[in-house]
Amino acid sequence: MTSYGRGLRGLSVATIATITVALALVFFYAPLDANQGFIQKIFYIHVPLAIVALCGFVVGGLLAIAHLRTGDRKWDLRSYVAIHMALIFGVGGLITGSIWAKASWGHWWVWSDPTLVSFLIVMLLFATYQPLRFSIEDPERQARYASVFAIVAGAFVPLNFIAVRMAQGVVHPRVLTLTGGRLPGSMGLTFAVSLLGIALLYATLWNYEIAAKRARMQLRRLRRAALGDDAAGALGRSAAPS
Amino acid sequence: MVDQDQQPAIELRGLTRRFGERAALNNVTVQVPTGTTLAVLGRNGAGKSTLLRILATLLRPHGGEVSVLGERLPQRAHVVRSRVGLLGHEPLLYRDLSGRENLHYHAQLHCVAPERVERLIEAVGMGKRADDPVRALSRGMVQRLAVCRAVLHEPAVLLLDEPRANLDPAAVELIEPLIGSGNGHTRVLTSHDPGPAIEDADLVLGLRDGKAAFVRPPGEVGAQQLRELYG
Amino acid sequence: MRATFAVLAKDLRLELRTFETLPAMVLFSLSTFVIFHFALGRSAVGGQLAAGILTVTLLFAALLGAGRLFVAEREQGGFDAFLLAPVDRTSLLAAKAAAMFLFLALLEVVAVPAFGVLLLGPALGPRLPGLIAVLALADLALAVIGTLVSAIAIHTRARDMISPIIGLPLLLPALIATARAAAPVLSVHGSGAPPGKWLLILALYDVVFALIAYAVFDFLLED
Repeated sequence: MTSYGRGLRGLSVATIATITVALALVFFYAPLDANQGFIQKIFYIHVPLAIVALCGFVVGGLLAIAHLRTGDRKWDLRSYVAIHMALIFGVGGLITGSIWAKASWGHWWVWSDPTLVSFLIVMLLFATYQPLRFSIEDPERQARYASVFAIVAGAFVPLNFIAVRMAQGVVHPRVLTLTGGRLPGSMGLTFAVSLLGIALLYATLWNYEIAAKRARMQLRRLRRAALGDDAAGALGRSAAPS
Repeated sequence: MVDQDQQPAIELRGLTRRFGERAALNNVTVQVPTGTTLAVLGRNGAGKSTLLRILATLLRPHGGEVSVLGERLPQRAHVVRSRVGLLGHEPLLYRDLSGRENLHYHAQLHCVAPERVERLIEAVGMGKRADDPVRALSRGMVQRLAVCRAVLHEPAVLLLDEPRANLDPAAVELIEPLIGSGNGHTRVLTSHDPGPAIEDADLVLGLRDGKAAFVRPPGEVGAQQLRELYG
Repeated sequence: MRATFAVLAKDLRLELRTFETLPAMVLFSLSTFVIFHFALGRSAVGGQLAAGILTVTLLFAALLGAGRLFVAEREQGGFDAFLLAPVDRTSLLAAKAAAMFLFLALLEVVAVPAFGVLLLGPALGPRLPGLIAVLALADLALAVIGTLVSAIAIHTRARDMISPIIGLPLLLPALIATARAAAPVLSVHGSGAPPGKWLLILALYDVVFALIAYAVFDFLLED
């Protein structure tokens, strides 16, 4: 018997709980930034979104390696969902980053920030993942090529950050570095909890999407087995692996 | 040790190949003894070309077992590759290069001596036109060159998809010694036209929607079997 | 190795026969220089601006050329022909990347002097050795990524679109390095020597992506 969404309830509860705690910390515990004021608090959602998105891309690449090595299509599904979720989180990261940039520095976009620029480049690359999948009709080939792409793009992420950082040269005076080096204690705690919340949200949504897709595929398989090859109907336009 | 003569040249056991959610080939089982000819019949989309491409190592089997000349596919594909020759719908020749240049390219890839290229060109009667670009040749000439390409590396197994297409009787006579049944090759032949294929065969496999409808000697393939396939 | 040479020789012979790729790349580059002249409103550029223009022009010419790399294979059965041969599949990658590198080198033989005449402020002559060093490494990057991306795109429906949209972000680090390395070479008061740091980054990029391409290429060919 297949079960769908095992452990999903527990994960969802943990996610909601953590995010609630994080929000409480953000609004009631974390100190107000002297320079930027209230708007600085968007950092608690912007940076976790960006970090989780980048990790999601790298994880997508690792899952793609598993797919190519084993030939088992379930890894391709996992890789697809990881990347597609990471893209959504990444767009959120870009938007919140832009809002923060406008509030802090007066511009919607700043080239002097290497992290933001690297992130944009990575997003431009991964935004081509779904168009690539869409444009390959043979399902086996689509899965294989998508995995090749995910591996190349996943390896690209760290390389890109290094190159752009070196290009910008100037160390932009930001409050934080990705390692959270200079955050005072209370901010650090809030940040850590927010990061955990966003990461759990990602994991929960990932599991939900996988469960939904697996259930749909199984339904199609059963319909085909019971009612003949044509009973399942054509799959709608979707980049998702079948 | 299994006696090499006893072991079938081609063995398929439960061969399956999917295309997305559908099965292009579904649980096909057949054995082809060495030196014999298998005719594969069926409608368009029945799986004939897929079967040939799997035997040619161009496609991997998704299920079941495939052995060619005792070597398992896909693990031993690199060994099988040098022992099978495929003559498909496409001639696999670059249109802007001459026949001779194309064949020498294949000869280099297969480690075949250049002299063999010249002998084959003469054998199919293309001596005078071998230096013309392929795009300037008639379909019959292109087909003759394609036959040369298929047998260039002296394969033990020939995979032939409509080998006589585009050829006039004189040309058919020229290629017969290369791909005909007389040379001890093991052959797998597909055709839309059941009549001539059955005549040429020692065994007939009928495919319908990817499944093996029947595996019979040619003498036992009658109107009823053909209706199963095409009706 | 033998297979790599066979494929490369075949491709060069085809190019000589049809002239489909290289002349187009050259013409495209020359037109692009003219466009830059009008778009920027400048008659002479130097330093970072010159490096940027040259880099971008080469990039787009490379993507144009890369798009043609596998077309004959796809349309005339060349993939099957290669896959039926008992050869190492990565020799196709090596052969195509080598062809791409050669095309870029030949392109630069025309385009760089043209750039020197049309747009470059400082004299090209004394700056040539430094520039060649930068371009050699840049061409490697363009060749490897161009081949990889083209091999991915050739089996898609929208191959002319997919190639650039994947290739451009992937090439960005290499482009940054190329433009930054060429800037001091092409500036009026520059030493003429490209900065070591950027050459190193470019070289590392070449090595890393060559290895990645080598590792994944087989999966693009098999079926």
